[in-house]
Parts: sequence; C-alpha cells; structure tokens
Amino acid sequence: METNTKSRAELAEHAYRIRRNALLMGEVQGQGYVGQALDIADVLAVAYCQEMKFRPEDPEWDGRDRFLLSNGHYAIALYAALIEAGIIPEEELETYGSDDSRLPMSGMASYTPGMEMSGGSLGQGLTIAVGHALGLKHKNSDSFVYTLFSDGELDEGAVWEALMSAAHWKLDNMIAIVDVNNQQADGPSSQIMAFEPLTEKMEAFGWFTQRVDGNDIEAVAAAFEAARKHPEAKPRMIIADTLMGCGVPFLEEREKNHFIRVDEHEWQLALSALEAGRKA
Amino acid sequence: MSTNKPKLKTSAMIASIAGEGQRTASAPFGHALKKLAEERSDIVGMTADLAKYTDLHIFREAFPERFYQMGMAEQLLMGAAAGFAHEGAMPFVTTYAVFATRRAYDFMHQAIAEDNLNVKIACALPGLTTGYGPSHQAAEDLALMRAMPGMTVIDPCDALDIEQMVPAVADHKGPIYMRLLRGKVPMVLDEYDYKFELGKAKLIRDGRDVLVISSGIMTMRALEVAKELEADNVDVAVLHVPTIKPLDTSTILREAGRLGRLVVVAENHTTIGGLGEAIGTELLRAGVTPQFRQIALPDAFLDAGALPTLHDRYGISTEVMSNTIKNWVR
Repeated sequence: METNTKSRAELAEHAYRIRRNALLMGEVQGQGYVGQALDIADVLAVAYCQEMKFRPEDPEWDGRDRFLLSNGHYAIALYAALIEAGIIPEEELETYGSDDSRLPMSGMASYTPGMEMSGGSLGQGLTIAVGHALGLKHKNSDSFVYTLFSDGELDEGAVWEALMSAAHWKLDNMIAIVDVNNQQADGPSSQIMAFEPLTEKMEAFGWFTQRVDGNDIEAVAAAFEAARKHPEAKPRMIIADTLMGCGVPFLEEREKNHFIRVDEHEWQLALSALEAGRKA
Repeated sequence: MSTNKPKLKTSAMIASIAGEGQRTASAPFGHALKKLAEERSDIVGMTADLAKYTDLHIFREAFPERFYQMGMAEQLLMGAAAGFAHEGAMPFVTTYAVFATRRAYDFMHQAIAEDNLNVKIACALPGLTTGYGPSHQAAEDLALMRAMPGMTVIDPCDALDIEQMVPAVADHKGPIYMRLLRGKVPMVLDEYDYKFELGKAKLIRDGRDVLVISSGIMTMRALEVAKELEADNVDVAVLHVPTIKPLDTSTILREAGRLGRLVVVAENHTTIGGLGEAIGTELLRAGVTPQFRQIALPDAFLDAGALPTLHDRYGISTEVMSNTIKNWVR
C-alpha cells in the first residue's frame, strides 16, 4: 500500500469498519476483548490504512513495515485491522476463536498471516521489536517497526530494558504505541502500579515522545506522521490515551473492566449503536 | 608472609575445570564461531554484558559490526534475538546458564521456541562449574531446557566437542541451547576415535562390567574413572551423550540392553530432570531394566567453595566417582 494522506472522513470510515469487524468476531464467540478493540481501532486504522507499507497479497514481503502486537489479547483488534487491510479475507472472521481457526483469541505468529509475533506473555513485544529494528538496520532496510503495547505492560521490567536499549542503539526505525486505557486485569492501571508522568519518563529514557487522544483520529494520524518524519536518531513513542468501548456509547459507559461483559442480545445493539455513530 | 603457608583454594566465579597438567585449548567456542562467521554472513553475536566471560569477545574483535551488546538484560537479550532472527539473521547469544534459563525462560519459550526461530543460546557456567554459589551455579539448566518444546539441548565434553559443535549447531534449523565451557577448556576427546554429530550418542570406549552414560564434563570424568578402574580389574565402557534432547534413544537402548553391565548415568546436573531421568524413563518404556545408578548433583542449593572441593563433596570428581562405582560393582 502506498503511503498517502487520507481525509478525516476516510480514516474514520476505516476505523468504523475495524470496530465493526471486531464486534462481529466478538459475537461469534459471545466474548472477546472488544473494549480494547474499540479503543484502539483509530490507532490501527491510521497504521494499516495510511502509514504502514505492506502488500496484502504477500504478508511476508521483506520491504513491509513490521507491526508487533505485544498485548496478544488485542488480537481481535488486529484481526479486524488485517481484514480491513485486505491481508485476511473478511469471511474468516466467522472462525474467530474456533478450533483450527487462523484467528485464535490470543495472537500467535504461527497462526495468522500478518501476525509478526506471539504475544500474550505481556512485556515481550518491545524487546522483540528492538531485535527487528536492529535486524532491519543490519540489512540496510528502511522499513519501520511498529509495536503496540498496553499501559499495564509498563509494570513489566523487560519493557524498561527495551526502552533503554532502543535509545542506546538509536533505533529511529522503531515506533512504539502505548495504549493508555487505564485498565488492566485487576483494575485501573494507574492504581495497580502508578506509571505517570509517562511522557516525562519516556523522554528521560531517550525517546521522541508524543501524547495524543488516541480516539481523535486526526491527532493520531498527525502523531504517526510526526513520528515517522522526526529528524533525531531516536526511537519514537506515541502515548495514546484511549476510551474503552469507544464508538459504542453503552459500552463506553459500562463499568470499566479489563474484560467488558457483553450479553448475548447486546451484540446487535452494539453494532447498531456503532452504525448510528458512523452516520452522526 | 610465610611461604610455607598452604595456598588457599578459591571460590572465585571463574575457575578452570582443567586438571593440573591437562591439555587445554583456549576459548574454543570463540574461535570456532569466528571461523564459521567468516563463511556465514548471517551469524551475529549478542550478549548480556558477558562477552569476555563467554569467549564471545573473540567474535566481537573479528566482527565488531556484527556484535550486539544488549547490556545486563537477559530478557531483552532473548527477545531481541528473536526479532533479529525474524529478520533472517542467526544470532548466537551468550550469557551464563543461570541467567538464560532461570531469568529469561519465558522469553526463550515464547519469543524464540514457539516460533521455531534460529537462535543459538550458548551459556557458560553450566551445572557445577563455578564455586561462587547458587546465584551462578546452573544445576537445573538441562531440566528447564529439556522441558521446552522445540528446543535442542547440548552438553559438550571438551574443546573438541565445542569446536565441532558450532558448525553443526549452525546447520540445524531451529533454536538450540548449548552448554558452554569457556577459557582454557580441557582437550580430551581427540585421543579417541570421536566426532560430534548432533543428536548422536557415541561409544567412546567399550567395557564389560560397567556402562557409564554421560554428558558434558562428566564424560571426561568417566574416561578418567575408566582408566583408574583398570587397576582394579573393573572394565568400564563410556557412552557420551552430548545431545540431551532429542535423545539418541536407539543407541542408548542398544548399549544399556547388553546384559551383565551396571548402567551408571553421570551428569553435571541435579538428579531431577536431567540425563539420568531422561534415560531412566526411556529404559522403562522399552522394558530394558539393567541395574541402574545415577551420579549427579543433589536436589539442593549447592555450597560455595573451591571447585575441586565441591566436586569431591557432591561426588562428581574422578576420585569420588571411581570409589562410588567400585563400591557398586563389588
């Protein structure tokens, strides 16, 4: 896909379809991390529908930008984006989480085209991304390594090992996005283990850092572009503050949980609410 | 200072396992890797602040642009090696066995092994090869690595084994954990008709009374024991099993099934989950039931002390091992 600049409306339409794909997959299993999928859809729309270069028909193309999903439970969101990007056929979303599906509930590299790493053991993605970034430089590739991880993963020590090393190695081909939805397994991330002030921490660790509203798609697009074009030989961090359930008002308002409960009859309501928001 | 005072033994971290007057080769891993890297441009070296102590400094000096210092961060080391391998390189990563296996286990499991990546993990101070104490004594590394799906596990005996192992390891596609002997490494196996082959156990010498099945430095010990016991008219065979996983079951069953021999598995590793248990299980599965004994480290936090003292204490020195086997066959 050629890099081009899309209008806000075009990007929003991509984000809408990513959210819709995620809800349809959630409906298949009656569950899934849809709260996270809805909050990160705008980031993924910008990544897959504007910023990243790849060939949908050849997911292993060596000239592609890499996208590493560290938070493997966001797989439902990434599959939704890979479908929107044309890497996975849309029909396949009906197999989500089923036996022998290429779309398991937690993202694994060996299962899914376009899935670059096996996530799930949180805190590993940045370390692997450092290796990709070193490897790409080693072979004189100009591809970027994008990696998405969650605020909860900031608790993991290996994240900070990777943050230090990316700056040490001046990995300006590395763009990390941390999803700050302030939710992890046992409660609000900021209460589980205080991580603020995050911008200052990332800057102190030697990263070119931007903090944006992760559900303001124009702001996200601008941040991605600035990250890619930044002239300093530094790794790039986008801190994306997001809203769990974004795009489906009754899920946005639901009591915040790492795993948002959606009743059987609510999937169609969620799809309708999403559709209504698209028209608005 | 009195010159009559006996020299105190040391519990220093780095102690050679070579006996007095034993022939040695210097840094066999480093030299073998450098040689191989001259032919194979895909090899990169990565370490977690232990290049000098894993002999990787020889590679670093030869190929500075292919050497990656990841700092004292073993989880990062393994994760980054996985990413690098994804980009088509073959990382040889080094640290101490304790840090790879105990600290970075999940990273090797998920980032490397689950994806069958071509990462070669070479770890110094395996088993009881330092007197520094449990922080650096990797008595359970083989058990941990054997349990990891898709991981090939190797325990070399000496400098010759290591020299021959490096190219074999590179030819194998997939992750490998290899125990590393560094510094001045004994040269033993060149006296025998021996060649390292990945996945193969090799009968180094035959004997009618006792079959010692061993890996790593315990093969060197077993050969010394065999020579000592000649004087006692005890005839000892030595089967060297440098590849712990996958195990060369057919060779082991063939040798262990020969009647009338005591079978002793000798390993520089705890009794739990290493070569002894692996072989014991295979023998039972096959219905081969010789008299079976284990020479191994205890299931305990080992003492700090001088290496010779500790090898005596835990029964893996040549002298103690000789006496143990002699008592068993009496």
